[in-house]
Amino acid sequence: MSNDKTLGEALRRQGVSRRGFLKFCAATASLMALPPSMIPRIAEALEQARRPSVIWLSFQECTGCTESLTRSHSPTVEGLIFDTISLDYHHTLQAASGSAAEAAREKAMEENYGGYILVVDGSIPTLNPGYSTIAGISNEAMLRDTAKGAAAIVSVGSCAAFGGIPHAKPNPTGAVAVSDLIQDKPIINVPGCPPIPVVITGVLAHYLTFGTIPELDALGRPKAFYGQSIHDRCYRRPFYDKGQFAETFDDEGARKGWCLYKLGCKGPTTYNACATTKWNEGTSFPIEAGHPCLGCSEPEFWDGGGFYKAISTPTEDISRAAVYAVGAGAAAGVALGALNRARKARAEKAHEKVTIDDLEKDA
Amino acid sequence: MTTPTNCDAVRIEPDASLTHNVQPLLHEIRHALAQLVESGSTSSIDLRSIPLAPGEEERLLAELGEGEIHAQLSALGPSEIIETRFPGVWLVTHYNAQDEIIGRFVDVCEIPQIMMAQTDDIRDGLEQLASQLEAGLTG
Repeated sequence: MSNDKTLGEALRRQGVSRRGFLKFCAATASLMALPPSMIPRIAEALEQARRPSVIWLSFQECTGCTESLTRSHSPTVEGLIFDTISLDYHHTLQAASGSAAEAAREKAMEENYGGYILVVDGSIPTLNPGYSTIAGISNEAMLRDTAKGAAAIVSVGSCAAFGGIPHAKPNPTGAVAVSDLIQDKPIINVPGCPPIPVVITGVLAHYLTFGTIPELDALGRPKAFYGQSIHDRCYRRPFYDKGQFAETFDDEGARKGWCLYKLGCKGPTTYNACATTKWNEGTSFPIEAGHPCLGCSEPEFWDGGGFYKAISTPTEDISRAAVYAVGAGAAAGVALGALNRARKARAEKAHEKVTIDDLEKDA
Repeated sequence: MTTPTNCDAVRIEPDASLTHNVQPLLHEIRHALAQLVESGSTSSIDLRSIPLAPGEEERLLAELGEGEIHAQLSALGPSEIIETRFPGVWLVTHYNAQDEIIGRFVDVCEIPQIMMAQTDDIRDGLEQLASQLEAGLTG
């Protein structure tokens, strides 16, 4: 398939009927979290879409993001999108190795200069380039070099988006996020540890469909997937509103599927699509399985206090992250009407920590 | 290697009366159906965009029931198009080649768009039939 063929032509050549194409568009709309009324527009745009070149760079990472993506068995949608994009360099997935692999990257850059999408997973070490190199090239040099000709950069996973676990204290490698090094290109952050596979493909599908980057929030995340908190979309939310909480992992509340807030759920301060898109082909997500949200798609995921500490309780380490978590937690509480407004205002004024007891009294 | 069969997993059994997406969804469908009657405008609800609690989808489908049409479509994997017991309310489920659901919609319309023969496909079919006749009947 050559790069100048449109997706409509390519699918037709593969013997996909117009009905099949409409089905593909319906699944793509759902994938991109767009309303079904957008399906005709998506069909029109996809029909004319051209195959973009993608260069995927993996730095300080665990390959979990690539695992997440390649474990999504939906060949009719994600597979077709991947058939439709031209994945020119991905050192885990490509057959070529050594200098042939690097030659593929250089060729793709040259041929599509200014037009390719650069996908990055993993953070970049800045203290000593020797911590992570590819073909003798430091991660930072490779990123800066490859970013130059990119139309846009997609930072896949919390490491590329925010630094992730390599960035966690004491950050021995001086790990930073892509956005800390590159400021002159549009960067789409797709955080998560790992991100939901359809969110990764959804972002690529958006670019493929509309040729533009999706609308982003203040942290550079696509609003279609990261626009609402886990808490706001959680099916257990009615239990929070009624003040019904699991106190331990095997008490009555846990068995009845009550809210996991007191067990440290980071749902109120975490923005991601887990509550609706879910995992493993829509089977479930952590809260549905009885475990609090860890907040893996947020900055300071690892340093934001204990995973099992309720978000409004003070943490030993009063860092910027902890203050952020408390502030956002309080804001979510007010939105719910679960927290007395005056008390919250007083607490904010006095920088007083809001405790679970305070929340309970007002619930 | 043996597989544990009787582990002490904590079973989660949510209280159905508290996780209530089913009734509002049915109201939304009723409004959509009323609109179809009054102005002929169609609607579609993406069930994947709604944070359904365990068991809620099953309850919604049970409420909608099955009506007179049950169609199978084979295009990029199977799809199932069921008219519910309420004429004009359809449940359209798309599967991939591994039979995993990749999309599920409640369509409120006279007939889902995907059921209709598409102009491009009709043209292709016409060409095929013509060349088949030219080549002589195979039977």
